[in-house]
Parts: sequence; C-alpha cells; structure tokens
Amino acid sequence: MYEKDGEKYFVVDSHMHFWNAAPDNWVPGHEQYAEGWINCFHAYMGLGPAETHWSIEHFQKYSEDDLMKDVFEDGHVDVAIFQPTYLKEWYKEGFNTTARNAALAAKHPGKLIANTRFDPRDGDVGLEQLRADVERYGSKGVKLYTAEWNNGSRGYKLSDPAAYRFLEAAQDLGIKNIHVHKGPTIWPLDKDAFDVSDIDHAATDFQGLNFIVEHVGLPRIEDFCFMATQEPNVYAGLSVVIGGLMHARPKFFAKVMGELLFWVGEDKMTFGSDYAIWEPKWQVEGFVDWDYPSDEFSDYPRLGVAGKKKILGLNAAKLYDIEVPAEYRLDAGAQLVAGA
Amino acid sequence: MTAPLTAGSRGARPGELDAPPGGAPGSLPPGTARAAGNGPGARPPGASRVLAALDAVRDPELDEPITALGFVASCTVSADGDAHVRLRLPTYFCAPNFAFLMVADAYDAVSGLPGLRTTEIVLEDHFASDAINGGVAARAGFARSFDGEAVGELDQLRADFLRKAVMAGTDQVCRPLLADGTEPSALLTMTLGEVPGSRALDRLRQRRAELGLPAGDDAPLLIDPATGAPVRDDAVPLHLRKARITRVGIEANAGICRGMLRHRYDTAGQGEEDQ
Repeated sequence: MYEKDGEKYFVVDSHMHFWNAAPDNWVPGHEQYAEGWINCFHAYMGLGPAETHWSIEHFQKYSEDDLMKDVFEDGHVDVAIFQPTYLKEWYKEGFNTTARNAALAAKHPGKLIANTRFDPRDGDVGLEQLRADVERYGSKGVKLYTAEWNNGSRGYKLSDPAAYRFLEAAQDLGIKNIHVHKGPTIWPLDKDAFDVSDIDHAATDFQGLNFIVEHVGLPRIEDFCFMATQEPNVYAGLSVVIGGLMHARPKFFAKVMGELLFWVGEDKMTFGSDYAIWEPKWQVEGFVDWDYPSDEFSDYPRLGVAGKKKILGLNAAKLYDIEVPAEYRLDAGAQLVAGA
Repeated sequence: MTAPLTAGSRGARPGELDAPPGGAPGSLPPGTARAAGNGPGARPPGASRVLAALDAVRDPELDEPITALGFVASCTVSADGDAHVRLRLPTYFCAPNFAFLMVADAYDAVSGLPGLRTTEIVLEDHFASDAINGGVAARAGFARSFDGEAVGELDQLRADFLRKAVMAGTDQVCRPLLADGTEPSALLTMTLGEVPGSRALDRLRQRRAELGLPAGDDAPLLIDPATGAPVRDDAVPLHLRKARITRVGIEANAGICRGMLRHRYDTAGQGEEDQ
C-alpha cells in the first residue's frame, strides 16, 4: 500500500518474477544463451534510475529475502503475481518456474499468487501438466509466450485449434486470466510471432477469459490498441511500459500513456513492475506523481487519482478476486462520509 | 557459410560471387560477409563515403538509419579498397529477421560503391551472428540462412513496416499543418504538392514510393497505406489518430533500443545521433 497526499493506493504487482539465472543453473553447452538472456534483461534494468541498478551477479540470482524486501517492504506492493518463464533449454531447473514461484508463495500466504503456463504444442502431456499445476498451485492465471520455440516450431497463434483446446481446458479448470507476452521481441524468427490478431479471435470466442497483453505489444502498440478497443475482455499489461519508459524516456512515456488511455482506457490497464528487471518502489511512487509534462499532450485523456488507483491495483484485484480493504476502494471517501 | 552461391530471394548478382583476390572462399574467417567488389581501376572511397552509404540503410522496425541509431561500430577502408564494417545491436537477442535485413542492406549499400575491392560486413555480439553473416555473404536469403527455422522470406515483413512508416510519416507531416490552423477536413482534399516542403514530407514521399503508392505532387496527402486509396471523408479523424499512435509506437520503441544500446556499449557508434 502506498499513501500520498492523503490518498491511499492498494498496489497489485501483476507481473513479476523470481528467477535463478546464475551460472550454477546454466545448461552445459548452452551457456551463451543463458548468459545472453540475463544480460539482455540486465540491460533493461539500465533504463531505470541509476540508484536502482544492481550488479550483474546480484541480478542473476537474488534471494527470497531480497524479493520480499524490494517488493513488499520497500516497494509498496500488497499482492504480487508471479508470471513464470521456463526456458529449460538454457536453464537446468528453468529460469522462473511455477514450482519455484509457488514454493515462495506458500511461505507468505495472501501475498503472492503463482500463475502457471501452458504451451499448446505440448499436446496431451501439456494438458495433463496444466491440470496438475492448477490443482497443486491453485493458479488462476497463465503466462503464455506465443513466440517461443518448441521442438522445431517457431511460435504459435492463440487462434490455433490446439490453443483453443488448451484455452477450453484452462477455462474448465477455473483459470480466468491469460497473460500473453506480446512485446519486445525475445527470440522469434517468424514474422507472425508478435502479431496480436490471434488474441482478437481468442478473446471473441472465450468471453469468460480475460486476456492481458503484457508489454502492450510495444513494438506494435497500434495493432494492440485497435484490437483492444473492440474486445471488452482484453487488457493492457503495463510491465515494461512504466519500467522502461517512465524514467528513461518521459516524453515517450507520456505519449504511450496518452494513447493507451485514449484507446484502451483506465479501467483496462494493469500495473506490473517486471521485478527483478525493475524494483517496484520507484515505479509506484513515480506513477502516483506522474502527469503529462507539458501542454503538448492536452488532447490526450487526463489521468486522475481514481485512474491511478485502478491501474496500480484495483483493476488487477478485480481480475484475481483479491479483496481490497475498504479504505483503499474508490468509494472509500463516500463510505466515510456516510458513516460520519 | 558453405551454401552454394545461388540466388536466394534477395537475388544474387552474377559476377559478385567470385572468390576474393588472393584467397579461396574456404579461407574466409567464419561469420564474415565478403565478396569481390567492382574491381580495380577506380580509387577506393574514403570511410566517410562508406558511412554515407550506410546512412541509407534503415532499421526496418524503427525506420531510422542504422548510423544514427548507433549500430555502426566501425567502418574502415584499406588503401587497396577493402571495406570493413562492424555492426552491433542493442541486445544479444534482437530479432534475427530484422538483423538479417540490416546486414544484407548494409552489404548492398557498401558493395555498390565504385572503387572497392572487397566488402566485409560483420554483425557482432548476436546469438545468430554466424548464420546471418554467413547467409548474407553467400547471398542465400533469410529462409536458407536459417535452414528449417524460418518459414518465410522477409519482403512481406519489410512491406508491413514500410506501411507503418507511411502512417507515422503522415502524422509527422500533418501535425504541423494542424498546429498552424489547417482544419482536419481540409487535409482530405490536400495533395502532396500543396504541402509546404520539409524533410518529413520528403521522407513520406520516399516511403510511399518504395511501396509503389502514389507519391507525386498530385497524389492525395491522406491515403490508405495498404491500398493507396484516398481516405474517405468520415474516416479522417480516425486515420489521423491511427497515424499518431503508429508514430508513438515506433518512436517509443526506438527510445528503448537506444537506451539498451547505450547500456551495452559505452562508445558512440559511427554517425550516431543522440535523440
């Protein structure tokens, strides 16, 4: 929770990680990829304020205590949602698996939510795994990488029949939220990998699911926005948007926020720190203080306190059925008056 | 690297694929693109000429020259006319399809200069450096260079991004007009010839011409970048909104790339322009 100028913000970090990318977890023969991957993430950290930068050694492997301190103690976060990334080709025990995340979540009830993942190309085995993971970890969301390589395939579309099979199964299992990575290119060779039109189809056909497009399809934000305006169950995940732009490129950040507020709207935008790429503290504090830097942006929608409260936590709380204490709700003021 | 020297989609030009003087093809260091140039006779160009040629090579996604973006790590020409260009990118995992386009375009831009004996373009510090450098050297095309890994060629991708560049360019040209009091509805009937000259206008015309879209003085200012058809009256506000967000997306992306490059390398690139 965060309080500023008498306003109380309930913070849900809807996109963060607990990884081990240190040499002890590198797959022999694939060290260059494992190292290249974490160096690439570390470069993203360079877009945050200098005083928040970590050494590469610390960044490769941080402790449970580091996470609890950075995210909850210092970072103002009330509830955080783990989004797993497996990458077992390069990392022996995976980069950031559901099991690793869930083990930490179990130690801190009510604070951490462990999402899981699936890959439609894994077929029946993958379906079984999904069932087992949801049963064991109680996941209500999944993180998908449509551009990920898998056994000779260079990506898939959410509109593929195989993906529909998984989405149906996920829905039956009680999954509500599908976080899809559509953002800075990681590894895809194929041109369709960052296309967002597949989400358009899936969102239309699965009205009971919410689709949170992480990183708002950043290289192709316009395609995402045109699609999101037409689909009530599509959300803009702000991970990388706030961390990567707010400090390093404030003018572009203002423009991107203006576009998102215009096309998508403050009811469908969710904060994610992308920890440990960036610590949440400066992102939360900076976002609460944020406004357009000049009149140049006057034809974009404004973002007020209520909008910031929604984006920082209330929207995600709704998606994940997280109970928000009364004093942090939008109608908190009204209730106080009524009770007076 | 050892692929037969036949044409890929980018097309091999006869005569360019001979072994360079004084060495068999197999003796080339791995991961370099190299081919014989236009032969002896003309005086070798200076490095600044080569750099100027590289100004014409753009990052297809960001629509900016690779020089201005800081992607040219070094650029030299020997007294004998051997050009060496080293390219670098913001991350180890930058999309290999775009990387391939830039290395191939750089090769075309430099090797076309008169007076060069050989041209060597090397992409450094990238997970696919060897495949890309070798593929470009062999003029094998993207799909061949990533055998079994890439489903298609890149022409379509390039065209998609050119269309985005046309939309972004439309915002760059229209925004000052609107700021000067031109009504949005007036833009509808405006032709390119009626727009006051500017770098942004030149650039918009160039991008439209590359796509085969109307780019002459009598061409309408507002067109659908997919079909070239004029924008309908009631669609103008939405068209301008789309133009603006397309520009915002490209510029924000370029901002992130510049930040990452700066984090990765502490030296400025040849011809790098700070933005």
